[in-house]
Amino acid sequence: MKYESQSIAKWYWFVAMALFAVQVTVGVLAGYVYVAPNFLSELLPFNIIRMLHTNALIVWLLLGFFGAAYYLIPEESEREIYSPKLAYLQLVILVIGAGGAVVGYLFRIHEGREFLEQPLWVKLGIIVAALIFLFNISMTVLAGRKTAITNVLLLGLWGIAVFFLFSLYNPANLVLDKMYWWWVVHLWVEGVWELVMASVLAFILLKLTGVDREVVEKWLYVIVATSLFTGVLGTGHHYYWIGTPGYWQWIGSIFSSLEVIPFFAMVVFSFMMVWKGKRDHPNKAALLWSLGCAVLAFFGAGVWGFMHTLHPVNYYTHGTQVTAAHGHLAFFGAYVALNLAIMTYAFPHLLKRSPYNQVLNMASFWVMTSAMAFMTFTLTFAGAVQTHLQRVLGMNFMEVQDQLALFYWMRLGSGIVVVLGALMWLYAMLGPKAASTELAGQAAPAE
Amino acid sequence: MTRSRTPTLTDSTIPDAAAPPADDWGPFTGLPGHPLMWVLIGSELLVFGAALLGLLGGRIADPVGFRLAQDHLDRLAGGVNTLVLLTSGLFVAIAVVRAKAARVAATRGWLAASAGLGLMFLAVKAVEYATEIGAGWGLDSGGFITLYFLITGFHALHVVMGLIILGIVARWPTAGNVATGAAFWHMVDLVWLLVFPVVYLVR
Repeated sequence: MKYESQSIAKWYWFVAMALFAVQVTVGVLAGYVYVAPNFLSELLPFNIIRMLHTNALIVWLLLGFFGAAYYLIPEESEREIYSPKLAYLQLVILVIGAGGAVVGYLFRIHEGREFLEQPLWVKLGIIVAALIFLFNISMTVLAGRKTAITNVLLLGLWGIAVFFLFSLYNPANLVLDKMYWWWVVHLWVEGVWELVMASVLAFILLKLTGVDREVVEKWLYVIVATSLFTGVLGTGHHYYWIGTPGYWQWIGSIFSSLEVIPFFAMVVFSFMMVWKGKRDHPNKAALLWSLGCAVLAFFGAGVWGFMHTLHPVNYYTHGTQVTAAHGHLAFFGAYVALNLAIMTYAFPHLLKRSPYNQVLNMASFWVMTSAMAFMTFTLTFAGAVQTHLQRVLGMNFMEVQDQLALFYWMRLGSGIVVVLGALMWLYAMLGPKAASTELAGQAAPAE
Repeated sequence: MTRSRTPTLTDSTIPDAAAPPADDWGPFTGLPGHPLMWVLIGSELLVFGAALLGLLGGRIADPVGFRLAQDHLDRLAGGVNTLVLLTSGLFVAIAVVRAKAARVAATRGWLAASAGLGLMFLAVKAVEYATEIGAGWGLDSGGFITLYFLITGFHALHVVMGLIILGIVARWPTAGNVATGAAFWHMVDLVWLLVFPVVYLVR
């Protein structure tokens, strides 16, 4: 750690880790409700459990991004963060907002718009926190060295804030409501979040492999250009049969099929960097998470997304478990793995240690990844069966759900394994340093 | 960028792949204009290619409906526009040669001529659209008509974008800038050369 203010990241990431634990635990709870539908139905109905699962995910991923920005911007800009005090104020606002939202949900206080259920005061708090954040990092970047990594990261983070504003716009017309809802949801995860992903990945790979900055930057430009080219009009793949005009079927199908390109480019990019790399960095776990992130994002977001993005296919699969399969692997691959990669990379520096608990960390990668892959396959099979029974044969919804019970049990099993993997990772990061699991070469000072 | 092929003792000390020269863009190296323009051109060709495949797929599903709608297209206007756009491509190619010779006034003149033909293309297209919309066609008519408006409309938007790019490179007419703008303009040409036969002519 070269700059004192980088330690701001640590506090963002501690909160992120706590919410990560909450998110996966509540996920298991939701998975159990799928096999025992009356479980907690009075106390904590499924819609509230799901709200906690998805909201905790989004908030901890965002806290992870904020932490990543506070960690990497000082190093890239070669100066301290403009105001550490504002950064901590921002964190306090976010924690109060997140806590308030969770407690509110438990008492059924929410706005009921999927993923954007936060009460208005929480949304406004998020916007205030985002403004503080953007002011703080923009001032830092403007005063310091400008790199492609910080430029792309800033573009992504500003985009996140701008598109969140559409969460305040909720037209009474249900079609328009959904149309603008996707401007937050889609343009986040298939637009500006990809810019954050590409820039954070570029930063980690630059540090881990020692490849020339110029090479990394060229890749970054290509990835960003293709993400925006495909992702913005790719929004159209959510506009099939929701009341929007029919031409969206073509626009959505064509552009969103190409959304696989930036994800494939990220796979090629990360492997090329490692292949060409001059440096044998001791933090192997961070490298594993980075490569894993690119590969899993390619499959989860790219391949599983393409599977049901063409409108003649989506006509049958819309809103089935195929969507759930895609959503789970895409979020895990693109954004969970990204956050775990940057935290795995940065924590040794933040704690002023050499890379520690590497074996346990890497084991947790394989446990979580295998379980997520199993969950994805299970839900994909469930989705295929559901599509056929419900959409082709025309059986009714609940009858079909009974037929899917076996898949839901297997999904619950894989979910429990994910929680175990997450606990292993948290212990590897936060637990005591185990001397016996050190890898050879750790004595070398890490960059 | 050219490398000497003379074998010397320094061959064994050629810098490794991790430290390429600044102008090394991998497969994009050596293409005229900025490499990122070629990333865009590649993406555009994929989009138009997919749209034209979609049109051919739609025709297989509904040959009669497509044929009836296609018969209302103005093939003469499409043919005139093909000539207009190709000539415009010639003019921009001449502008590239003039820019390499650092002849600013001539470069700007040929760019303006090229852009003028671009405007003429848009004018002809506008007349076509006016007739078709007058006959009750719309973007949401479905089948062939929706695809016709999407593909040609998206192409026309690229003509507009191309005019803006030609304007920008005319303002700063370095050889590199003009080559970059010309690459985009030729892509707009090329796409029309695929769109015209597939949309207007093939039965």
